[in-house]
Amino acid sequence: MSTIHLSLIAQDRIVYDDDVKMVILPGASGAIGVLAKHAPLMAVLQPGEILVRNDGEEDRYFSVGGGFAEVRPDEVVVLARSAESAEEIDIARAEEAMRRAQEYLGGPEKDRDMERRLAMESALRRSLTRMKVARKRAAVRSRSADHTPYRQAQQEEE
Amino acid sequence: MATTREIKRRIRSVKNIAQVTKAMEAVSASKMRRAQAQAQATRPYANKAMEVLSFLARIRNSYAADQPLLQQRDVKRVALLLITADRGLAGGLNSHMITAAARWIKGWEKEGKDVELVTIGKKGRDWMRKYGPPIRAEFVSLGDRPASGYLAASHRRKATAEVGPIARVLMDDFISERYDAVYVGFMKFINTVNQEPTVMQLLPIVPDESVPPDMAIDYIFEPDAETVLEQVLQSLLEIEILQALYEAIASEHSARMVAMRNATEAADELIGDLTLTYNKARQHAITMSLLDIAGAVAALE
Repeated sequence: MSTIHLSLIAQDRIVYDDDVKMVILPGASGAIGVLAKHAPLMAVLQPGEILVRNDGEEDRYFSVGGGFAEVRPDEVVVLARSAESAEEIDIARAEEAMRRAQEYLGGPEKDRDMERRLAMESALRRSLTRMKVARKRAAVRSRSADHTPYRQAQQEEE
Repeated sequence: MATTREIKRRIRSVKNIAQVTKAMEAVSASKMRRAQAQAQATRPYANKAMEVLSFLARIRNSYAADQPLLQQRDVKRVALLLITADRGLAGGLNSHMITAAARWIKGWEKEGKDVELVTIGKKGRDWMRKYGPPIRAEFVSLGDRPASGYLAASHRRKATAEVGPIARVLMDDFISERYDAVYVGFMKFINTVNQEPTVMQLLPIVPDESVPPDMAIDYIFEPDAETVLEQVLQSLLEIEILQALYEAIASEHSARMVAMRNATEAADELIGDLTLTYNKARQHAITMSLLDIAGAVAALE
């Protein structure tokens, strides 16, 4: 089986650095799946999830807050604004951030400046992604026994 | 021999100095730890970013030809972004950086190139104002935690300054062909006792010659080449400048910590010497007065 080396690097640390079989990236215009011997590619990533698949292992999910990915036949480099694995995500914090952002965006029109509004919107998007990724992880864990967390996440997306 | 009172006064003043340098050492030590962690944490990202940039610069196709930041021109005008500290008392840190920069500037001028400076930090600015080439722009008081708009919000919350405007000045001047090459000079942090003046080319991006050119021919861009190249080049360049700043900040606090430690040690040694001299002088005075008394007694008998 041929593999491809993935380096997932956030601003202040290396999040993942190993050989993988497949990786799916959240490209600006849709998901991009990468296997070994992929054509050279440079992509802008939007906030979303990265899926890492290896033979004989559970799929791993990461949330990224946007960034870039560079793909060469034997190597994928992801330079992310922020990145964390599903296990690291603090759901309570993400929910809190989401609540704050929603409150702001639903608040009165008058005290809004554009920059803050944009920042809040992207914060909302990031926290939603974090929660989605964290829930998916929970769903993988309990796939055989219980489907509810996954369904719940799907319903919330709609 | 100096009087005991004079020596006593000197001991007191040296003790005061030792106290001050000791306090500065402690302050620098805590700043140093944070600055070192900051510089080291972001190194992998900056290194990879550099790798990606030099890989992109290797691409010779139609999109790259139009990208203003990838243009290779005959170098006639050079800009140097010189990063120094705002404050002194850091041993040879600033003078090492300035000497190295001056050497590079001389080299360029010898080759007939015009040089201009963009400075960060007061020390380099002040020196270059007197002796160096013209200064295009200057930035001071960036603090210990500069950040980039391309960082995650959590990094920017406590930011003391943004590197965006600095990067903007350099990129705009390169694009408008005011400069044909842009360099950055900073003290690279090696370890606590060792920092190295480094001058590195930022623009045009140096291509990675080890990449076979044919590999880059059918490069795919998502969503499209223009958007990707523009975003990638700008943000990664900003990250490179930020990393240079982080290195310089870590170097500054490390150098100051070491300088202050040396000063404290020297002061302690001096206090020891002076105390010895003081005791000798005191002994001498006592002996003298004893002799006086003995002499007086002898004269009376």
